[in-house]
Amino acid sequence: MNRAMSDLSTGELRDLYRELILDHARSPRHFGKLPALTHSAEGLNPLCGDKLKLYLQIDDDDRISDAAFEGSGCAISVASASLMTDAIIGMRTGEALDFAKALIGAVTGRISSEDLGEDSQIELGKLQALQGVREFPSRVKCATLAWHAMNSAIRQEQRPASTE
Amino acid sequence: MSKPLQTVKSDPHVDLSACRTDFPVLAQEINGEPLVYLDSAASAQQPESVIDAVAEYHRHNHANVHRGVHTLSHRATEAYEAARDAIAGFINARSRREVVFTSGTTESINLVAQSFCRPGLKRGDRILLSQLEHHSNIVPWQLLCEQTGAELLVVPIDERGELDLVTFNRQIESGVKILAIAHVSNALGTVLPAQELIRRAQQHGVPVLLDGAQAVPHMPVDVQALDCDFYAFSGHKMCGPTGIGILYAREQHLERMPPYQGGGDMILEVRFEGTTYNDLPYKFEAGTPNISGAIGLGAAVRYLTGIGMERIAAHESELLRYMTERLSEVPGIRLIGTARQKASLQSFLLDDIHPHDLGTIVDHQGVAIRTGHHCAMPVMDFFGVPGTARASLALYNNRDDVDRLVASLTKAKEIFGR
Repeated sequence: MNRAMSDLSTGELRDLYRELILDHARSPRHFGKLPALTHSAEGLNPLCGDKLKLYLQIDDDDRISDAAFEGSGCAISVASASLMTDAIIGMRTGEALDFAKALIGAVTGRISSEDLGEDSQIELGKLQALQGVREFPSRVKCATLAWHAMNSAIRQEQRPASTE
Repeated sequence: MSKPLQTVKSDPHVDLSACRTDFPVLAQEINGEPLVYLDSAASAQQPESVIDAVAEYHRHNHANVHRGVHTLSHRATEAYEAARDAIAGFINARSRREVVFTSGTTESINLVAQSFCRPGLKRGDRILLSQLEHHSNIVPWQLLCEQTGAELLVVPIDERGELDLVTFNRQIESGVKILAIAHVSNALGTVLPAQELIRRAQQHGVPVLLDGAQAVPHMPVDVQALDCDFYAFSGHKMCGPTGIGILYAREQHLERMPPYQGGGDMILEVRFEGTTYNDLPYKFEAGTPNISGAIGLGAAVRYLTGIGMERIAAHESELLRYMTERLSEVPGIRLIGTARQKASLQSFLLDDIHPHDLGTIVDHQGVAIRTGHHCAMPVMDFFGVPGTARASLALYNNRDDVDRLVASLTKAKEIFGR
């Protein structure tokens, strides 16, 4: 018995699992250790067991010169970490924190991407692909895990970042 | 008798299809599709009779129990104690004095750890568990080890998810103070050979606690036939409310055990010079209990008894066989938990799709399954997986539900381009 799915529901799923997300989930960028790391943090999603370690190399100029991550998680959390490391390399830490705030706002639905463009000069760019998560409240934590970890790493917090 | 499911004769005439309409929650659409609920191992749905019993109590009979001479207090007490009697009968306890209301399996296990075990434990004593325990049958013992210096000993499992009995037989002789073990594994569905384990434990004078949370909803359980010392289970896994559960314990143990918590209702007389504790089982029920929960659990027990646990076991056994067969046909599937004696559930992985992604995609087609570590991280570690998808059955499921699950997995493969 194979029920036809409504277009709407398939559409939402396709919006969540966009090609860009699946691509980053299958072949995550910057996956592995960082030999010259200066900052690191662990991200834990205790509900689903997603686990990642984020490594940053921050230079004297307060700029993120390299980033990498390791761990296991669902397609959304891995793609999010992959896209994030791609995006933040070259940013100053302040910029990266603002960017994290904007991204978390966007996927939790607190900030719309249009607002972002006008008010804060932050362009999510590719990261907009993560906004499909909005329709899936139970998956928001997967999308934000890496970003919480980046917050902890930059602020050098001792406890693992948790989505709880 | 607590029989392994495969020995319950599969009766092709067991037809529980009429029961489905007893569960109002099932008659709804999720994401535009009729709900298929395959997460009863996390929490089972409640039939109308349970919902009504709880509502009736709140509407007409609510008052505190064991207090006051007024009519409502009397009615509440009667209903609360009638629930205890129903539960005592359901598990064939010798006496209602052996049936303690708790908040659930977790509290029941903590009670045994702290009240039965802690006073006599010393450094180096051993507590025997298995690799397939739920966290609620691990962490209370770890706390106890920290408090007393006792050590955990863990019975290993094999690739099928069966207990390594050779190692068990060696471990049980090594000065173990208690064996605390699942009756049915929540992550793998393995039915443990409870009777054999208990017999071996008794030969070495080791008391046994069975975590029956996943057994009681799916098979007849007779605590006298099992001859276990303690049996813990939860209301919400067996069509009752959340926040209520049972500790069955031999009366002789309860008599000797100190109270777990102090408070009202568990006393006969309180003076600052000293307090006399109440009789069993009230000595272990401090404070105003979860009265509506107990009443709801009593109604759940009456509902299950009305259908018959043998029939439920036969229905689920046949359906599990069908589900395992259908799932095996899905290309790229890996079944986790393939023990020869199993009950009610199947864990699996599909291709390299993470269980959470699977969970979201099937939910979008109205199919509710559990994904993750199932509060059994040591089991996940054993199989080297971060988690699994788990489809679990109850008496209200049918073959259509299984077919819908399989169809939804095909959709997941499509989305992920597999």
